Amino acid sequence: MRPVHGWRPATIVGTARETASANSIRLAVADWAGHVAGQHIDVRLTADDGYQATRSFSLSSAPGEAPQITVERLDDGEVSPYLVDIATDGDALEVRGPVGGYFVWQPGDDAPLLLVAGGSGIAPMRAIWRAARPHGTPVRLVYSARTADRVIFADELRSPDGPETTVHLTRERAAGFEYGRLRADQLSALLSSGGVREPRLLVYVCGPTAFVEDAARELTDAGLDADLLRTERFGVGGPK
Amino acid sequence: MVTRGFTGRPQRTEGAVPPGQYVTSDFPVLTAGGTQQLPTRAWELVVTDGTTERTYAWASLHDLGVVDLTTDIHCVTHWSKLGTTWQGVPVAAVLEDAGMADEPYALATSYGGYTTNVLVEDLVDHDAIVAVGYEGGPIPAEHGGPVRLLVPHLYLWKSAKWLRGIRVMPEDELGFWENAGYHHRGDPFLEQRYYGD
Repeated sequence: MRPVHGWRPATIVGTARETASANSIRLAVADWAGHVAGQHIDVRLTADDGYQATRSFSLSSAPGEAPQITVERLDDGEVSPYLVDIATDGDALEVRGPVGGYFVWQPGDDAPLLLVAGGSGIAPMRAIWRAARPHGTPVRLVYSARTADRVIFADELRSPDGPETTVHLTRERAAGFEYGRLRADQLSALLSSGGVREPRLLVYVCGPTAFVEDAARELTDAGLDADLLRTERFGVGGPK
Repeated sequence: MVTRGFTGRPQRTEGAVPPGQYVTSDFPVLTAGGTQQLPTRAWELVVTDGTTERTYAWASLHDLGVVDLTTDIHCVTHWSKLGTTWQGVPVAAVLEDAGMADEPYALATSYGGYTTNVLVEDLVDHDAIVAVGYEGGPIPAEHGGPVRLLVPHLYLWKSAKWLRGIRVMPEDELGFWENAGYHHRGDPFLEQRYYGD
């Protein structure tokens, strides 16, 4: 095990507006030694008067690419409104990491992947599908968003380089999208390919707490071995 | 280093919580894997030192005496929740009743396979309880009910949900998150988040 690097200065070197409420932020981090797909970093912001706030964000870039986070604004948030609406090239912040050895994907295992994402839970999935693609690992993505204009990485998901994707919209009907929350039978069907159960399928689920709780329960109820399931929950707003 | 354009909330919480934490009134769920659905009548706790083993069920655990505990809790993902109330049996009482040998290390195990290592000192010299109630009611399944460990002075990943076993032993044995890059002890006031902190 390698100690996690301490706080390091970082500079914002690029931002990309993903949706009206989500932003990707590319960072230049001193002595960045790379990361593993699925890992996160801690980000620390410091106000003029010395006040600091720290949050964790999944990396949305693949290993070998510059570290990038993708953040959705929480209206009552303290850090996300800055990162989504104010952050711009040249701004300075601090980061720790990369961190995490559980919700990760590394080359070597050629098992096919099923990625199940809710909202900005798509961020670490992007790191995983971009990492897996050069190895020829089959990747399926099922992604739940509220509305079509809240779909993050929409262009990449439509491109031939993206994973095999189904997007479910929970708040509106639109052409090219499934409507309604992801149902148990739909999740169960994703465990098979051509009607045949895929015994080695590795499943990653990331999103808001309730989304992950439901999807993980439905997948294990459908017979998925718990050892083949990796989950990451985020966000405040879970059960009180 | 100042981050241009960042001001923070008007209502600041520094001083009230360990470094790097913010206060939430929610109770986020963090679990490796899925929630275990475990009926109280099926729940058992096995306490062992490798020689002696003792098994507790819901009633025999309660017989050791349930206490109330009001405490702050701190998650390594940066949220803290203040003034939570719990009911449970002090771990010290369980280890004593089970007649455990005096060993320095413990490994807590969960239904579902989760593990975490804790110093016995952190279990017996602090407010650690085998928790059976939260805010006056049962502990919800997603928060580790019916019975979870609660070691409130350490980051919450040490407070194993769906507690199934406590093993005391002469050597330290790392648990799930400790093997995945997290700190071996996890004191939030020393900000022991990751391995090497």
